[in-house]
Parts: sequence; structure tokens; C-alpha cells
Amino acid sequence: MTIRIYVPGDAAALSVGAQAVDEAMLREIAARHLDAAVIRNGSRGLFWLEPLVEVETPAGRIAYGPVSAADVPGLFAAGFLEGKPHPLCLGPTEEISYLKRQERLTFARCGVIDPLSLDDYIAHQGYRGLARALTLTPEEIVEEVVASGLRGRGGAGFPTGIKWRTVLKESAQQKYVVCNADEGDSGTFADRMLLEGDPFLLIEGMTIAGIAVGATMGYVYVRSEYPHAFRTLKRAIAVARDKGYLGADVTGSGKRFDLEVRLGAGAYICGEETSLLESLEGKRGVIRFKPPLPAIKGLFGKPTVINNVLSLASVPVILDRGANFYKDFGIGRSRGTLPIQLAGNVKRGGLIEKAFGLTLGEAIHDFGGGTASGRPLRAVQVGGPLGAYFPAALLDTPLDYEAFAARKGMLGHGGIVVFDDTVDLARQARFAMEFCAIESCGKCTPCRIGSTRGVEVIDKIIAGRDRTKNLELLDDLCELMLEGSLCALGGLTPYPVLSAIRHFPEDFDKPAEPRPVAAE
Amino acid sequence: MKPPRSWNGDEAARIIAAHRAMPGAMLPVLHALQDAFGYIDETAVPLIAEALNVSRAEVHGVITFYHDFRHAPAGRHVLKLCRAEACQSMGCESLIRHVEDKLGVGLGNTTADQRFTVEAVYCLGNCALSPAAMLDGKLHGRVSPAAVDRLIAEAGKQP
Repeated sequence: MTIRIYVPGDAAALSVGAQAVDEAMLREIAARHLDAAVIRNGSRGLFWLEPLVEVETPAGRIAYGPVSAADVPGLFAAGFLEGKPHPLCLGPTEEISYLKRQERLTFARCGVIDPLSLDDYIAHQGYRGLARALTLTPEEIVEEVVASGLRGRGGAGFPTGIKWRTVLKESAQQKYVVCNADEGDSGTFADRMLLEGDPFLLIEGMTIAGIAVGATMGYVYVRSEYPHAFRTLKRAIAVARDKGYLGADVTGSGKRFDLEVRLGAGAYICGEETSLLESLEGKRGVIRFKPPLPAIKGLFGKPTVINNVLSLASVPVILDRGANFYKDFGIGRSRGTLPIQLAGNVKRGGLIEKAFGLTLGEAIHDFGGGTASGRPLRAVQVGGPLGAYFPAALLDTPLDYEAFAARKGMLGHGGIVVFDDTVDLARQARFAMEFCAIESCGKCTPCRIGSTRGVEVIDKIIAGRDRTKNLELLDDLCELMLEGSLCALGGLTPYPVLSAIRHFPEDFDKPAEPRPVAAE
Repeated sequence: MKPPRSWNGDEAARIIAAHRAMPGAMLPVLHALQDAFGYIDETAVPLIAEALNVSRAEVHGVITFYHDFRHAPAGRHVLKLCRAEACQSMGCESLIRHVEDKLGVGLGNTTADQRFTVEAVYCLGNCALSPAAMLDGKLHGRVSPAAVDRLIAEAGKQP
């Protein structure tokens, strides 16, 4: 029987040499005349172990990593095809503590299957959610999603089912489902991993959404920084269409639903839903006033469900296992699981899917093993460039929407960026304003002008000019941006700035630096 | 990397025609033109406006709104260095200074020999393997100064 070897084709694994490992494997298999095949799976999300190679043995999948191309001949010589010991051997993959302690619902298949094999997907419980959805009325599907407590995983945490209910109630000739795959927040990569590791899951989730609300067409807006994910999803859509899972008659149900993937063009603001819709329509990614909500007047003016990748990818399991199964995970009003992305200066960065409620400290220390540099942890930014900086004293915060809000932070898309004690929070605050200035769409003044003024004021503070007065001014400016901006970019940029001042005042009171670092 | 063809108005018109029927065709058209020629020539603006039935100002507005679209050809190799928070926590600013010193250009510029364009990018989604870089569309992780030197040397060997 052909032995199956798994070498991830995920962009992050490729970024540390997985392609060379694949080539070395193929050379070795040919040279040794072995009956073995290399499957390019997604990543398991244990990035410090990438490239993580697995081999299927009678005792299950055995992992080796991090493997370099130079290690490959030695692995074969040691008998890794039989799962034999080697210095790089990590034992059975599922037994690796980082993975074993997780609760993988959305990422259950990621890294396990061949992402472009529909047979693999179906053999691993794929398309069971859709099968059940097709036995329900649209109202029943929507109510199942409402009952699950699923909240938008893009950052805002709005109940997904409520959005769907609004679209379902609208009567229109044409409705759309749009997937926001413009994952621009630093410290996040879950959408990318899923698009590359289990694209059929997103396709299934969007198909269910379409059938639930009466939409026949869906668009996935993928950021251009993810060319690999874009290509993988495009190929997966072609496979699904070819096999009758998309098109005029989805799996013989008589329902029509088709999908198209579109590429962004390097604008962070297009992760904001109305800006994304403008961009899809071929315009500048300038945000829209709300109301009307996209659910009522969305893409091309039609009722539109617009959800994040992870929200849509959570739907198949909710339909398959039922709302109560999903709802049993989590705490308070944060139900289900959260794919946490551990990043930055951390020893074991990766994807941790757990029920809501794990604390920040547990994620960083128990999973992450502390800082990569070995220096003391000083600050953590959660929720991307618009998220607050927390000091080590707040590591007891549970990963839950309300707990973060109570401490003037934001869970966002679940990205955690760890910084050691070399970080300068005045610089980080300055960067937050600078980033806002670079990415502002320009529609509202607090964001467009406020961000530039913010950079200037922070420069003065760093330079030691009228510090007390300028800190007061900065506080005032932040309040104006918080209250007066039209969307989350201008409205949340004060979060990192104010949290830096609140928790790290000493960084704004250092001996003056003569010259600020020049902006790009 | 395959060097892009030089600008050709007829071919540009064909590309625009091939995409114009798509709903919201503007970004797909612009991407297709840039894929073919490496940038979007000023002369394409009226062609696109005509094909999509919008004003020239609107086309110009879209091209200038998005960071991706180029108004002039880039260098033969495009090196994007991530400058977002996760990469900052792993020293991307000193990596950027290293590259700027090595190539003798600042971010957003092209070397005099037209070999390299160096740009900042805000997140490549490789945040657990920071600092990250992308060379000609290929992602690299844990990029040390020595690693980026190797990337530059390898790319530099190509014609």
C-alpha cells in the first residue's frame, strides 16, 4: 500500500522551506524506489515546528519537525516511513500537547486533509452541514445559527444569525453573500490558514448562507497580500463547481448558488464591510454611512450577508451538530470556539482554537512558552492594530468579547502580538496613528486629519516639548476620534494610543530624543 | 520572475474588453493590466473609463486609492518587508534599515540599476514566523539580515 507523507503547502510553511522539503522527499522516494506519495496538506498551525512533516502509519500519523531539506535523507535512513525514532520525531501528531489541548471545530480538518480533495473533505465530515440545511426551511437554518450564539469573528462580534435574519426578511430579485477575507490585522492569520488548508469549509458555509437567505451568488474578497490563499480558493471553487456543489443545482437540490473570488489591492480599510462592498463594486474603498445596513442595501444595492471567513466557516459544524452542541462551548455571551492566533515575540506561535474563556496569560505562557527572545514580556497587543496594549498585569483577562471591552480593549479577530521589554510604547502609539494616517479612506475628518495630527503630537511628546500640555491635547484628540469617526479605523486607533499612555506612562516620560524616526 | 512586457495599447484594450462584463469589473481589470505590464499606464485611463462607462476621474481615483497599483514599472524584483506590529516585535525595523543600507534605497524606491524595488507592507499573515518578507510574490518567514542577504543575492543572479 502506498505510504502517505504530508508536507504542508501552507504559505507560512512554504516561507520556512516546505517546498524544498517536498522536493527532497520526492527525490528520496524515487532514489529508493519506494511506494510512497507526498500530500500537500494545510498547516496544523504549530508554526514553530514548520515545516512539520507527517507520515501515516498503522499507529496513526507521526510528526517530525521542523524538517529542513537537508534532514530528509537522514529521516528516510532512520525509517521515518514506519514512524521510527529520529531526533526530529514529535510522536503522534494528535498527541502533541499544543494540539491535544485545543478544541478544534472550525479548524478540525485544517492540516489533516488535502485541501483540494473533495473526497478527503467529505470523508472528514464535510458537506454534512449543507446536507442537513437542505432538509430545513430557510427560517429554520437562520434560527439555528441565531440559537448557536455565533458572533462575527471579524472583530465586531455582532450576532451572525441576526444579520442573516435581516437579509432573509428582505424581498429582492437578487441577494448576495459576501465573505470578508481581507484579513489585514497584524498578528492574525487564521483566515489565511483556513483558505489554504480547508477551503471547502468556507465554500460550504457560504452555500448554507446563500440557501438560508435566498442569495444565489457569493463573492469572497481576499486581500492581495495572500496570493497563495487566493489561488487555492480559486481552485477549490472550480472543483466544487465541477462536482456539482456549486452552480445552478447545488447537489441536485434545485437550489442555485455560485461563488467568485476577488482580489483586494492593498487597502487595510477594505476590511471594513462597507468599504469592502465599495471595492467589490469597483470603486475607491471609501466607507459608507450606515444605515442603510448592508443587510438591506449591500452589494450593488441589494440585500447582502457579509461575514468574516471564520464566521462562515463556523456554520457547517453548527448545522451538522446542532446549535446546542456549538453553544455549549464558551463563556458568558461569547459562545463557541475562538481561533486564537499567537504571534510576534513568542516562542511557540501558532493557531489555538479553544472555547472562549482561556486567559491571555494561559495562551501566551502555557501554549506559547513565553517570549521568543527569552527576555521578560512587557506588552501584549490583542485585536490587531486597533487593539489595546495590555501590560503583564492584565494577562489574567479571559479571551472573551465582554471581558476585553471591560478593560478598554478589544478581542477583534483574535490575534495576540507579544512584545518583550525592548518595546517602546510611545513608538507603538505613534505607529498606531501613523498606520491610521496611511490607511484612512479619507471620508471623515477625525480619522483623516486626526491621525496626522496624532503623529505630530506624539512626536512632540517624544521630543520632550510641553509634555503635559501635549499629552492633554493627545487625550482630547483621541476622544474626538473615538466619538467622531465614522468607522472602526479612526474610531479605534485611540485604543492602542490611550492604552499605551495608561499602562506605560513611563515611556512617555523618557529623556527627550532629539529626532523622531522619519515616516515612510 | 518573468519580466513584464512593455506597455501595449492594443493588448491593454483586449484585456479590458475581456473583463468588462464582470460585475464590478474595475479591480479585476486593473489587476489584469498590472499582471501583464507590471504597471498601469496613464493611457489606459480613458480606455477603462470608456469600457466601464465611468468618468476618467473615477478611474484615476480608484487607481490612486489602492496601494497595489503602480503608475510606473517597478524594478525587476519587488521585495516587500512587513512593518506591522508582530514583525516590529521581532525587529523588522532594524531589518528594514539593513536592507536600505545594503541596496542603497529607502522604502518605496527602486535601485538605480532597476533591479530591486523595496516596499513596506502591513502584514503578510505570517505573524508567528516574524519578521516576514515577500520577494516577487513568494513569502519568507523568520527573515534575518543574513537570510535577506541570501534572497537578494539569489534574485540578483537572475537576469
